[in-house]
Amino acid sequence: MFILITALLSGLIFGLGLILSGMTDPAKVLAFLDVTGYWDPSLALVMLGAISIGFFAFRAAKQRGQTLLSAPLRLPVSHVIDHRLILGSLLFGAGWGLAGLCPGPGLVLAASGHSAGIVFVTAMLLGMAVFDGLERYRRADSKPDDRHQEKIGRQ
Amino acid sequence: MIDWQAFTPISAFTGGMIIGLAVTLLLLVAGRIAGISGIVGGLIELRKGDLAWRVAFITGLLLAPWLWRWLGELPPVHVETSDAVLVLAGLAVGIGTRYGSGCTSGHGVCGLSRLSPRSLVATILFMAMGMSVVYLIRHNID
Repeated sequence: MFILITALLSGLIFGLGLILSGMTDPAKVLAFLDVTGYWDPSLALVMLGAISIGFFAFRAAKQRGQTLLSAPLRLPVSHVIDHRLILGSLLFGAGWGLAGLCPGPGLVLAASGHSAGIVFVTAMLLGMAVFDGLERYRRADSKPDDRHQEKIGRQ
Repeated sequence: MIDWQAFTPISAFTGGMIIGLAVTLLLLVAGRIAGISGIVGGLIELRKGDLAWRVAFITGLLLAPWLWRWLGELPPVHVETSDAVLVLAGLAVGIGTRYGSGCTSGHGVCGLSRLSPRSLVATILFMAMGMSVVYLIRHNID
């Protein structure tokens, strides 16, 4: 229960930070991405501000090796820079540049009732569901191979 | 050329620090990364036994504009993008963030905070791509 209240608070604080930072206005994000035009560097300072706190949080968490409730940390384990990371990030960047919206600000904009946010988030959720479906299909497809390897391994 | 009239360094940096505080809270208490696309993606996957904290976090995020509006007035928002392009952008962001395992928060904030080389590559790529798309739309299509 304590974790759920913390997660709720964290989400709320995250959203308030996004609104204060100005990042829920797509025009401001696009002005950051428009480096050759009238450039608004604000987004860089948002990231810098967040990292200036986050850096110490992750250092403390790693030193402690567990949460304050003595539960395990669930951090990403992958270190591979593969085609998934590269193509995925490029595709995300293209969508970001088209609308000036990424998942967090998109959700906040949708929740505030703005129609652009609602349209964007609906499409984003659909995109995530399509990805999830394809992943399931891919995993189901590769199963016979895994079983085959297991058999060989046992012999 | 920097647009000094649009540049809002104090609210940007303060807002960023508040986002950092939210990241810290979720990390130290729940042991989780505050990456929005990852949290929402896990909800869509319907990962068993791993849904409640995700629902709680997203609920908090969605409540933020309501709390803000209760205390004052939300900052103005300018959207000139057509619905068709918004749909295209949403699909690209949805598929791209899941394929690349993160977005501005997961890679850009959390990943860079923990000095992850993967996240550095991802952040450079999505920023470069975002800048390229804006360049093509604003300065190269007449």
